[in-house]
Amino acid sequence: MLNMIKRLLEMLFPWNNNTNSRSHAKSRLKLIIAHDRASINPDMMEAMREEILDVVARYVEVDREEMEFSLCNDQRMTSLTANLPIRQIKRMCELKEQIKENKSLDLQQIEITEIELEAEVKPNKTSI
Amino acid sequence: MSRIIVVTSGKGGVGKTTTTSNLGAAIAKQNRSVALIDADFGLRNLDLLLGLEERVVYTAIDVLAGECRLAQALVKDKRLKGLVLLPAAQNRNKESVQPEQMKKIATALAKGYDYILIDCPAGIELGFRNAISAAQEALIVTTPEVAAVRDADRVIGLLEAEGVNKINLIVNRVKPWMVEENKMMSVEDVLELLGVPLIGVVPDDEKVIVATNKGEPLVLGEYDSLPAQAYLNIARRLEGEKVPFLDLMANQGNLLTRLRRMFGG
Ligand SMILES: Nc1ncnc2c1ncn2[C@@H]1O[C@H](COP(=O)(O)OP(=O)(O)OP(=O)(O)O)[C@@H](O)[C@H]1O
Ligand SMILES: [Mg+2]
Repeated sequence: MLNMIKRLLEMLFPWNNNTNSRSHAKSRLKLIIAHDRASINPDMMEAMREEILDVVARYVEVDREEMEFSLCNDQRMTSLTANLPIRQIKRMCELKEQIKENKSLDLQQIEITEIELEAEVKPNKTSI
Repeated sequence: MSRIIVVTSGKGGVGKTTTTSNLGAAIAKQNRSVALIDADFGLRNLDLLLGLEERVVYTAIDVLAGECRLAQALVKDKRLKGLVLLPAAQNRNKESVQPEQMKKIATALAKGYDYILIDCPAGIELGFRNAISAAQEALIVTTPEVAAVRDADRVIGLLEAEGVNKINLIVNRVKPWMVEENKMMSVEDVLELLGVPLIGVVPDDEKVIVATNKGEPLVLGEYDSLPAQAYLNIARRLEGEKVPFLDLMANQGNLLTRLRRMFGG
């Protein structure tokens, strides 16, 4: 009898019980689907890896052999982790040289990065 | 231009055959010609759901073996003008057909019908590859359950890889009262996860099972029922019509939900 009353109350006030299996299902699926998609599509992962590497390699010299690139799942989220050991950071003039060659890049955007880079470099110089 | 559409899901038992038969009948009801292909070799069911099992003489295998012409194997539905079924063989296994052969049959049928609906078997093996070989479009059937949604996502990925990019989703067996109580994922939840356009929502309804028992598609006997409306709406949306989705909760205004609303739920 007590059980029946409890069930009735639960039916009347579903927000009282915290067994929200709907959101549970959804969050579990989000994770598992992200993982499935990544593992079905190694071509896409490889393409993404190459593209990211190309962008990074414009600015710094990375060790392509030593790098790691992986999709990880923990309890709450799926994340893309790229571990790119840097051999050397390029000089500004080298960068400009490359940019001239690569016409697809927006020169204006590069100007901005240059300023920012310099700003970061300055304190270093003074400390020497 | 005729359209070749595969009805698929990955997971078994989510309602592919039920969808193919009822949607096929709904399309015919809209005065379009439609050929249904049962691609579930060895486990044919589509003839049963349509109530055509006694009239099956030849199957797709006989056509492929050259034992009859394609037109001879087609079973015409006497209740619905323009609806025909190409039955699958029951005594052979899935391995007896190859994707190229299925493609030949579907393409040949496309010359004579507005729609070709292919009822895909469960799984992602040869039977699946056969069923999708000729498809230009896909209808993904899923239920709002974790395993079905996961498999649906997998199948969508495989279809995209095969160049089938026109993919629409049917969410089947929705129980609105469970969604309201947060015990089942909503159609919106499923859509958000799968990221393909929605073309239909079919409630979980006893009438679907009763119609199956009788071998009578819903649009024939129970045409004003909610699930029959749902199938008719899918048929109209396939034609490009903008049809609002049914309010599945409308008929669920029982004492319990009304009480709950009174309490501000
Ligand atoms: N909307 C619905 N409401 C109630 N019952 C349903 C509904 N849709 C399907 N069913 C039931 O679910 C069961 C499985 O349906 P069906 O045979 O169409 O699935 P399937 O995906 O074709 O299965 P398989 O993978 O074995 O081919 C049947 O008993 C059917 O009556
Ligand atoms: Mg089936």
